[in-house]
Amino acid sequence: MMASVLAAVAQVVAGSSVRWLGSVPTDGQRVFIANHSSHFDFIVLWSYLPSHLRRLTRPVAARDYWERDAIRRYLAASVFNAVLIDRVAAPGSAAGQLGRQAVDQMAGALDGRHSLILFPEGTRGPGDDLAPFRSGLYHLCHNRPDLDVIPVYLENLNRILPKGHLLPVPMLSRITFGAPFRLQPAEEKDAFLERARQAVRALKEAA
Amino acid sequence: MTLLHDVGLQRLFGGLIILLVVATVVGRLIERRTHDERAMATVRNLNARINAWWVMSVVFALAVVVGPIGSVVLFALLSFLALREFITLVPTRPSDHGALLWSFFLITPLQYLLVAVHWYGLFTILIPVYAFLFLALRIAISGDTTHFLERASAIQWALMICVYSLSYAPALLGLSIRGHGTPGPTLLLFLVIVVQGSDVLQYIFGKLFGRRKIAPHVSPSKTLEGFVGGVAAATILGALLWWATPFTFWQAGLQALLIALTGFGGGLVMSAVKRDRGVKDFGNIIAGHGGILDRVDSLTFAAPIFFHVTRFFFGG
Repeated sequence: MMASVLAAVAQVVAGSSVRWLGSVPTDGQRVFIANHSSHFDFIVLWSYLPSHLRRLTRPVAARDYWERDAIRRYLAASVFNAVLIDRVAAPGSAAGQLGRQAVDQMAGALDGRHSLILFPEGTRGPGDDLAPFRSGLYHLCHNRPDLDVIPVYLENLNRILPKGHLLPVPMLSRITFGAPFRLQPAEEKDAFLERARQAVRALKEAA
Repeated sequence: MTLLHDVGLQRLFGGLIILLVVATVVGRLIERRTHDERAMATVRNLNARINAWWVMSVVFALAVVVGPIGSVVLFALLSFLALREFITLVPTRPSDHGALLWSFFLITPLQYLLVAVHWYGLFTILIPVYAFLFLALRIAISGDTTHFLERASAIQWALMICVYSLSYAPALLGLSIRGHGTPGPTLLLFLVIVVQGSDVLQYIFGKLFGRRKIAPHVSPSKTLEGFVGGVAAATILGALLWWATPFTFWQAGLQALLIALTGFGGGLVMSAVKRDRGVKDFGNIIAGHGGILDRVDSLTFAAPIFFHVTRFFFGG
């Protein structure tokens, strides 16, 4: 109920036109990877999935942001069913432990029937170009070699709610879902991450 | 409930319903007889347009029946949606966020509030004077001077077209005519029927007889035959509606001619904007038509001119 209301509001504010190019919305397991330039990104992407997929799709989000107050804790836990990962290391923990932990959590979510929404840039950018992708996506795909990755390009959301602003301007946006791809056997980490990044970026120009 | 008492309004809406029924039946008959694939696309688009006309007519009729507030709220919403489509296409920067919030959430509602209370002295200058100067200042305060002139002009232009010009349509409700009091909804209905009728008639004449392109670089679908036939037919349509208006037969015809010509100008200018921004339509909110702005483009030019010409020659 809360989820449907929130999704409807997000759709009105974002006014997106949605295109599925080379993939269709099915309930097969997949990880959606998208560019990240606004706090609205994942809510909008999530709200434009068909409602039965919305229930099966969990966003991967930062624990320090989503556990800051009661409202966000409620939304993350009860509405979005988010996979919350740690960005801040506990004192004295070994290097790389955070990353391994995050990949384990994501892989754990995939043990059910769930799909994931992931922003591989790790943080919001200014919106003009994509930052290099973090390695978590590679490790996840390495863990689950038969996992389909679907690139998604979110257009104009950084203009609706730019970094550092509270109120949205109701401009029209566009969401483009691209064709699925997988980690190739023996594909190097950097090559795969760059291929994934180009797949997202290519959707910006796709007619 | 103006509709219950105003015989002129009842007849105008009655005529509109008959016209839509005929168009719907003819559209279905053509669809049944068409077998060629390419012609079928045109027919489907035609029928999508006719269906959308039903929806738009019902919404508009409801707004008029509710009374002046209904029309003002309807046009305020249209302005808001048109502004949204326009701003989406122009190159604003994140530092314009403040100016855009002002435009959407303060200036637009304020303009329609002034129209609703018939404050002629202020609604005619709010955007061209106060918003014009204020927005430039607000953008300067943001401290970002990259493409300053382009950004400021685009936002001001968007407000002038989508909000200021369009708000002249419901402003007709407050216009008093010498010897006729305030005819209100009949003036608005006359404008909307003639301007939209002119669009449809130009489309039909263009499809049937169109050969010579009238502005190939701006709007490849507009033809000389469509223009002449559509404007002439819309002029006759307007003249034939004289009985519902404060005008005589010839006055109504001349007003309709002016509305059709300025409406054509609006369509041409908005096509130039679309070409410049590299899009075919402003949006996809109305099936077969495109965006809100694609449907009201001619109205943005016709409404302010019709208002001021009527006020100058007939105002009382």
